Amino acid sequence: MSDIFPKWTNRLPLKIAIGALVVAGTLTAGITYYLTPAYGRVGYQPIQPVPFSHEIHAGQLGIDCRYCHDAVEKSWFSNIPSATTCLNCHNQVLKDDSRLELIRDSAKTGKPVPWVQIHKVPDYVYFNHAVHVNRGVSCVECHGKVNHMDEVRQEKSFTMSFCLDCHRDPAQHIRHPKDVYNLDLEISPEEQKKMGTKFVHDWNVQSLQNCSACHR
Amino acid sequence: MASTVPDLKVAPPPRELEREPLVANNRSIGWISDRVAGIVEGKTPMWWWMAFIPSALGAAVLGAMLLYQISVGVGVWGNQHPVMWGWDIINFVWWIGIGHAGTLISAILCLLRQRWRTAVNRAAEAMTIFAVMCAGIYPALHVGRVWFDWWLFPIPTANAIWPQFRSPLMWDVFAVSTYFTVSALFWYVGLVPDLAVMRDRARTKIRKFAYGLFALGWTGSNRHWSNYEKAYLILAGLSTPLVLSVHSIVSLDFAVSQVPGWHTTIFPPYFVAGAIFSGFGMVLTLLVPLRQMLKLEDIITMRHIDLMCKVTLATGSIVAYAYGMEFFIAWYSGSEYERFAFINRAIGPYAWGYWAMIICNTIVPQIFWFKRFRNNLAIVFIASILVNIGMWFERFVIIVISLHRDYLPSSWGYFIPTPVDILTYLGTFGMFFTLFLLFLRFLPMIAISEVKAVTPQADPHHPAGGAKGGHH
Repeated sequence: MSDIFPKWTNRLPLKIAIGALVVAGTLTAGITYYLTPAYGRVGYQPIQPVPFSHEIHAGQLGIDCRYCHDAVEKSWFSNIPSATTCLNCHNQVLKDDSRLELIRDSAKTGKPVPWVQIHKVPDYVYFNHAVHVNRGVSCVECHGKVNHMDEVRQEKSFTMSFCLDCHRDPAQHIRHPKDVYNLDLEISPEEQKKMGTKFVHDWNVQSLQNCSACHR
Repeated sequence: MASTVPDLKVAPPPRELEREPLVANNRSIGWISDRVAGIVEGKTPMWWWMAFIPSALGAAVLGAMLLYQISVGVGVWGNQHPVMWGWDIINFVWWIGIGHAGTLISAILCLLRQRWRTAVNRAAEAMTIFAVMCAGIYPALHVGRVWFDWWLFPIPTANAIWPQFRSPLMWDVFAVSTYFTVSALFWYVGLVPDLAVMRDRARTKIRKFAYGLFALGWTGSNRHWSNYEKAYLILAGLSTPLVLSVHSIVSLDFAVSQVPGWHTTIFPPYFVAGAIFSGFGMVLTLLVPLRQMLKLEDIITMRHIDLMCKVTLATGSIVAYAYGMEFFIAWYSGSEYERFAFINRAIGPYAWGYWAMIICNTIVPQIFWFKRFRNNLAIVFIASILVNIGMWFERFVIIVISLHRDYLPSSWGYFIPTPVDILTYLGTFGMFFTLFLLFLRFLPMIAISEVKAVTPQADPHHPAGGAKGGHH
């Protein structure tokens, strides 16, 4: 056989096996890190047509989320306010500021401001804002501390496992209804567990994991 | 002392008690190597090209049909409410059933020391592997979005969900992929000594390299043989439960559901018997002409054909019993839906399919009670084809007839395959025969070393064999 394969080929299978393992490992690690939503989506912060600062409005001024997103408790969709909502204040404050040009135009013409959507679930996912906020799921669970973001960016991965983390263990994530819009609420793990378990029981919160809970 | 040892020579048994030898015409060991390796080494015969070109074209048609189905969707098949499983699952079960003969011959007959298996096991295992490949196409493509097939495997993903382990369709994935892996390994391990034979006989550099690569440095040393025998036995042990488990699990795809005609406990054994039945049908279909064309009549003897016909008869009779018992249980259950499902099989709109199945599967194999028919190659060949037609109709009966009468008469329908269905099925034949013909052309189709071991010369108790004259 030596006339077919030289002696160095004896170690070749081992080398190929090790090489294949390295390649497969690198590929798996690379795909896991770079091609999953946790990498691809988190941090998305598009430039918005109007430089609206949530930090100033929701943080410093303490305007309630629902002042602008007023349908969140009633609708599946948390609405983007129309320009007239902005002008409730801005017809007095900074009323001639050039940065608000687009807002004033929009209020006049009725043509919406072309905000860029950041948080998006796929079309085959049914997500209802009202159901969640009315049962003690705070905005912060999915959107992060928007009140500390000058311009909003995506904070959470929005993968299916992200939704399931909560659906599999709601007690870790629900709070008293009065605190839903308090994005800065600090609560100890023991307290969370105690209160969460109580709310899950009192409100009959179900751990919905059947496909049609979200994919309808 | 030596002088007191009595003469132990015993008279040979009378001639009529002797079994027919497994290698006929007292062929020598060298003749076996030359004949089997010669198939691969000789010039490509004309009939090979005449078979290969249409097969390759068929395989191309299969490729085109699959591409069309992937790009357009499952709607190109005839699957329509209420018959949501059509030719895809029929052909899946049909092909996977055919695969069973190979494993039965190679594993169970090995453990049972049926020495006649050596002449047919290599080709039967190749048939198994290619049939499982044809079968695997269907479930992989019938999901529609083939690019999500990898979701079938339990891999941790960002979706944080596992496949539904309670579903028999999931068990199928594991059963079939295990079956394919073990069958391929078993086949390959058995090939190693013969690949070394091919390597040592090879004249061209490419052949030397290719056979040498896959012969894994086999020298035929004692240690090699001892390891080989151990590995072979372990694989035979692993494959044996697979012969029973794979088709049992395939049958659970149906039996676990609650459709009348499917929801029966007889399904697993009945499917396994049917699978072996169809597998032996296919082995006979392939080997009866091949032994003649490749001049292997002395290795695949009439005794081999005779034995395989007997297996076909036995499994065919089990299948016939199962058909009868299904009817009995449908009546005995008292469930009007069960009763309707079975009466509808026999006299409903698909009665032609049912009676085709009954004739091919229960009546045809009964001719093998007679030695006259078992020894008539033309009849064996035709019967073996009828067996596989019958087994195709069995799956048609189970799937289409059970589904086309839904619980609500308003949903009743009649399944008609589309040209894509038909061309895809014909295409799988193209793929199967392409692979099988390539196998014939490039690999020894008979297990050379094993056949040598069952020659009369290898038997120390045989007058022709043993360690006589000091050589071994």
